[in-house]
Amino acid sequence: MSDDMKVVEDLTQSEYKWGFTSNVEADEAPKGLNEDIIRFISAKKNEPEWMLEWRLKAYKYWLTMEEPHWAKSKYPPIDYQATKYYSAPKKMPKLNSLQEADPELIKTFEKLGIPLEEQKHLAGVAVDTVFDSVSVSTTFKETLAEKGIIFCPISEAIEKHPDLFKKYLGSVVPPTDNYFAALNSAVFTDGSFAYIPKGVRCPMELSTYFRINAQNTGQFERTLLIADEGSYVSYLEGCTAPMRDENQLHAAVVELVILDNAEIKYSTVQNWFPGDKDGKGGIYNFVTKRAACRGRNSKVSWTQVETGSAITWKYPSCILQGDNSVGEFYSVAVTNNFQQADTGTKMIHLGKNTRSTIISKGISAGKSDNSYRGLVKVNKNADGARNFSQCDSMLMGDKCGAHTFPYIEIDNDTAIVEHEATTSKVGEDQIFYLNQRGISTEDAVNMIVNGFCKEVFNKLPMEFAVEAQKLLAVSLEGSVG
Amino acid sequence: MNKIPENTELKKWYSDQFDSFENKLNGGADTYFHQIRKKAISRFGEIDFPHQKNEDWKYTNISPVLKYNFKPASVLSETKIEDSLIENAFISEVECCSFVFVNGRLHSSKTNFPEGVTAGSLSEIMKKNPELVKQHIASLSENDNSFSALNAAFSEDGFVLLIDKNIQLEKPIQVLFLTGSDTENLLAAPRNLIVAGKNSSAEIIFNYRGFGSKVYLNSSVTEVFADDASNITLYNLQEENDDSFHIEKLQAHQTASSNFTHFSFTLGGKIIRNDINTKLSGENSASHLWGLYLGKNEQLIDHHTFIDHSVPHCESNELFKGILDDNSRGVFNGKILVQKDAQKTNAFQSNKAVLLNKNAKIDTKPQLEIYADDVKCTHGAAIGRLDDTAYFYIRSRGIPADVAKSMQIRAFATDVVEKIEIDELKEIINHKIFEHLRRVEVVNE
Repeated sequence: MSDDMKVVEDLTQSEYKWGFTSNVEADEAPKGLNEDIIRFISAKKNEPEWMLEWRLKAYKYWLTMEEPHWAKSKYPPIDYQATKYYSAPKKMPKLNSLQEADPELIKTFEKLGIPLEEQKHLAGVAVDTVFDSVSVSTTFKETLAEKGIIFCPISEAIEKHPDLFKKYLGSVVPPTDNYFAALNSAVFTDGSFAYIPKGVRCPMELSTYFRINAQNTGQFERTLLIADEGSYVSYLEGCTAPMRDENQLHAAVVELVILDNAEIKYSTVQNWFPGDKDGKGGIYNFVTKRAACRGRNSKVSWTQVETGSAITWKYPSCILQGDNSVGEFYSVAVTNNFQQADTGTKMIHLGKNTRSTIISKGISAGKSDNSYRGLVKVNKNADGARNFSQCDSMLMGDKCGAHTFPYIEIDNDTAIVEHEATTSKVGEDQIFYLNQRGISTEDAVNMIVNGFCKEVFNKLPMEFAVEAQKLLAVSLEGSVG
Repeated sequence: MNKIPENTELKKWYSDQFDSFENKLNGGADTYFHQIRKKAISRFGEIDFPHQKNEDWKYTNISPVLKYNFKPASVLSETKIEDSLIENAFISEVECCSFVFVNGRLHSSKTNFPEGVTAGSLSEIMKKNPELVKQHIASLSENDNSFSALNAAFSEDGFVLLIDKNIQLEKPIQVLFLTGSDTENLLAAPRNLIVAGKNSSAEIIFNYRGFGSKVYLNSSVTEVFADDASNITLYNLQEENDDSFHIEKLQAHQTASSNFTHFSFTLGGKIIRNDINTKLSGENSASHLWGLYLGKNEQLIDHHTFIDHSVPHCESNELFKGILDDNSRGVFNGKILVQKDAQKTNAFQSNKAVLLNKNAKIDTKPQLEIYADDVKCTHGAAIGRLDDTAYFYIRSRGIPADVAKSMQIRAFATDVVEKIEIDELKEIINHKIFEHLRRVEVVNE
């Protein structure tokens, strides 16, 4: 055991690899939140009057709300007046190509491992990169435009596709939905917008990288994806953030609308700064993600690999409204040191013959707390609903916690709902077996943990699956005993 | 969500009742037990009745209970009762020592205990030898909600069983709790205590039955202490009147190598809330909680279990099965806590329910909270209807529809029923399920 413990220790103490700060001058709003700040943001974005109204309405509602504290996480009170709500890189020349971009920025991207140029030619991925709050580069737009696909920063969508945008904005996550969604609605600065027209299968994986940079800036993105009848899109979202001492607030909203026979596959790799090994710093990640399967035979699939953030509060949900619609949720959440993750999903069955699958793998190490919190709800008229849920937890060390809070509410006698949860550790016998095959304890543990998560990793697109496995190894280096 | 109702008048009602109870005690008001009551009523005054904003009462709307001003039975004089009522309710098939409590007070008993066993009425033991129970009574169950506080405030009597070490009771003990009245809306508050000494064993059957035409509330609290290597089995058969309420709390405390088994069979009542909590605080101890609930009409059946593993090498098993018909509603909330030092814990929990009617509903929340890494914990929940292919198979063998269905349901219940160790009781439960199903078929076919 002592050897294992040593490996565990080495691993837990490995530093956050993506921690660095790039010096880009930022155009910032002063700290604090009030109506003027919202007007400032709206003006900066050249938004139409209705958008400002919408923001102000959300802000007023937010003022009446209370910060929720039901999640299993503890943190000092957030001072919403000490956060900056707008920060954009100052140099914003209109770019024709990447070469014209701020060299500092390019460097950052390179460190992050986003080979923009290469991706353009080789990977076939269109990247809409959000650097702090403003999208600076969008690729493959032309290829997508040929198919009629709109993929642009959300501020551009407000400007160029106001009708489409207005129709769906807040239709899945209304501004009044919850505290952080209301806050986001008031101050969101950027994010991505995609519309896949009828019958179009998006030829490439759409992807964005978010990165929180300027110190003390909360980032409030908003993503809105619409899959029109018979269309398909796979969307990737991945994040890394530099090392910071102060906690940074991140409250994003993601809305997906899926119409008849359409499908959205949404994959996330989240690797924001989790705080150092003493629990100092780290991102507060309070995200509202929800998909509405509006049409018949529509399908949504959430896949997430959560390794970062000091506090995660995230429940990508599916509203299965159309008959025969399908919702899937595959999640790997890893917590180490003092991280606290409270994550899960909601499957709301409204239509007939709707199906949902939940596979959640939680791994806790160090002094972290990892909770699965989920809801499966079958409404009275949702005949023939089917759900299968599996929540497995793995504990490494005796100072961490793993918790499950599954809520199951069934109001229809034709529903079949199954829920299973297990908790286990990496078996000494498993490690022994691999050791005697000449595999080091560290590699053995990595293999076992990767095997534990395989079901979820298999659902990730190639590009992400590789990164996810690497991330897992980094996050857990040595924490396995 | 609505605003939380304050129920000021209702709270005043109970505090007035407490005053008249105090007057009636007439001298008994400075006893140790009464101090507990006083503490409870003042706690009752401080807290609100549970509402659906409380996580623990999320699915259970108790407002129908709050519509009544229940008169605590301890304020009233003894209830006269026909012997035939007792005969009907008593499970005579099981050979046993027995106690009958009517509206929370000891009515009669038939005992034949070996030396070293003290059993009987709490109020009598409190009068004769308070030292015996002082250290145990009210030491486990806190006044954590209005109902347990009401129980503590108005309890006057209850069943007490104290077993010295190394005594194995061969025959089970049956305790019949009859509650009801034709004239008053009663609040019965039996307060029970079971203390099992080292290496002792006992089987106890709690038989809750109702009578009379008035709606009543039975709020009972039972505390169980299982000392090292003791073995306690408690069967809880609940058949209250269909229009009445049953709110019960069981709190067990186990030390090393002890075994505690609890069966909960819920058949009657309108709103039923059972809290079954056990704390494993000695190594190698084990808890087994089994439950079967049959819901009909507008019944709401809520089971909350909480198993607290605080030391290593313990085991817990839970299986709850529900059969819900008509507009009935089932709630199951099972929590398992494995504390930091409780390594090598094995904890298994399962909740299964079948819905027989499109208006039936179930909300379940199995919950694991784990702080130790070397543990095996699982929980499972499955909800569905009876299997169509199995039904088809049985039917294709020439078995009539009603029989086929009843076979399926009984097979579903078997997992729990088979665990009963008293054969006569097993038969009675089977019979009761059968009776219950007969009415199901009349309704559905």
